[in-house]
Amino acid sequence: MSIKLEHLNYVYSQGTAYEKKALNDICIEIPHGEFVGIIGHTGSGKSTLIQHLNGLIRATSGELYYNGENIYREGYPMRGLRNEVGLVFQYPEHQLFEIDVMTDVCFGPKNQGLSADQCKERALEALRLVGLKEKYYNVSPFELSGGQKRRVAIAGVLAMQPKVLVLDEPTAGLDPKGRDDILDQIAYLHRESDITVILVSHSMEDVAKYADRLIVMNRGAVMYNDEPKRVFEHYQELEKVGLAAPQVTYIMHDLAGRGIPVRTDVTTVAEAADEILRAVE
Amino acid sequence: MVRDITIGQYYPAKSVVHRLDPRVKLVSTLLYLISLFLFRSISGYLVATVFLVTVIRISRVPFSFIVRGLKPVVLLLMITVLFNLFLTRSGDVLFHAWIITITEGGLVTAVYMAVRLIYLIIGSSLMTFTTTPNELTDGIEALLHPLNKIRVPVHEVAMMMSIALRFIPILLEETDKIMKAQIARGADFESGNIIQRAKSMIPILVPLFVSAFRRANDLAMAMEARCYRGGEGRTKMKPLHYKHRDYTAYAIVIIYVIAVFAIGRYLPLHIWIF
Repeated sequence: MSIKLEHLNYVYSQGTAYEKKALNDICIEIPHGEFVGIIGHTGSGKSTLIQHLNGLIRATSGELYYNGENIYREGYPMRGLRNEVGLVFQYPEHQLFEIDVMTDVCFGPKNQGLSADQCKERALEALRLVGLKEKYYNVSPFELSGGQKRRVAIAGVLAMQPKVLVLDEPTAGLDPKGRDDILDQIAYLHRESDITVILVSHSMEDVAKYADRLIVMNRGAVMYNDEPKRVFEHYQELEKVGLAAPQVTYIMHDLAGRGIPVRTDVTTVAEAADEILRAVE
Repeated sequence: MVRDITIGQYYPAKSVVHRLDPRVKLVSTLLYLISLFLFRSISGYLVATVFLVTVIRISRVPFSFIVRGLKPVVLLLMITVLFNLFLTRSGDVLFHAWIITITEGGLVTAVYMAVRLIYLIIGSSLMTFTTTPNELTDGIEALLHPLNKIRVPVHEVAMMMSIALRFIPILLEETDKIMKAQIARGADFESGNIIQRAKSMIPILVPLFVSAFRRANDLAMAMEARCYRGGEGRTKMKPLHYKHRDYTAYAIVIIYVIAVFAIGRYLPLHIWIF
């Protein structure tokens, strides 16, 4: 279930006065099972990029290979692609519409052509995964809190059992506990099932903690495509394009600058704690 | 996809017409539209054409842009022309073949009606091309102000119009987002009979309405938090004041209307059958 983008370009409103090149010669390969983070300043093309992955947007030029097949070839089943590549938009709670939570989560599987029983089974599984209590299953989604609505929306995509899960800033607007809960659940899902996860985020700490690989977007082009540790070594270049490294990385650089023999390629708090202890012993 | 919808397109340019008070433009457009029905002779059409072309030139809106506004009406235009051409029986017969008969009266009526339609559309389009939607609502609010005396809520209506205009692009974008989110969940808006397609709109309409109400609620609270209490005693940041050029414009339009009436009715000018 690998994804490969070759020389992908996308231009908005081509031919009009508002023409804008959103993606510039993107060449990326995402092998199956990876946890990839995509970061970039606002307007760098992250959201545009991920909408290509499930065929919602068609590239102006370039190829996109899913599982070795070019999705732009004549007759490619886009609906099939959307069954396998699940996309959770930003503020996904805005997509809820059914009379109760269970029916809304069943919307995806129903569109996949599953029987009512299969839909219910998938929905229950998905709701359990996002950690929503059973007492809410027959309640109207509009009566839930923001965080609960978000879980329902994510469950709605998980119920389709995608092989690739793409999430656009799933933690936007949530309190710290909510953020940790959702990300832990996604990480758990990634470990337990054999899925690829692509996470678009503004939080360096989040991607540093969970991602195997980090793609940095800048003005529609790929700036870095490497392990988080490697990418955050370039923290000065990152700052120039409106990003940063995790706070902990700055602390380590500071400590090293003051003569304490710590490694500076640390990106999470836990790692930092270990490294500092090691250095002072 | 939804970006292509532009309501009452505004074409930004620096021209005298753009700078005119919106009230002048509203009234003048109305007078111009009425004037098109005051005559039925080629001399009248000539005067109307000269006036229209002059205003177009002064407004600095490109001719190609104006012509684009006629595209949606081409079909209606053709139907009007063809119907009048073939079905009006008056005057000498100009052409007769099989069951098709074209009379003098038919040709005259067809051409006059087509020209009238085109000028009607260009005339009103020019108003929206040179006036921003907010200027238009300010102008309408000012013109309808006297209706306050008979208890018509002019200010509230104008406020509703401006807010509606302001939210058109916002709601269009929201619709786009919701559609994409549902398509990502496998929704299908294209296939099926009319009933199925209507049903498939529910996953878009429900979230859209919820979103619209939520925004309306937030906007109302924000306005109240800034002491909005309706139109009573409310002043404007940019009140409309007539300037010299507005009075001149009014004068020119009135002269034009009189001219087109007089010349159209009383100046004998004949080209072929027209």
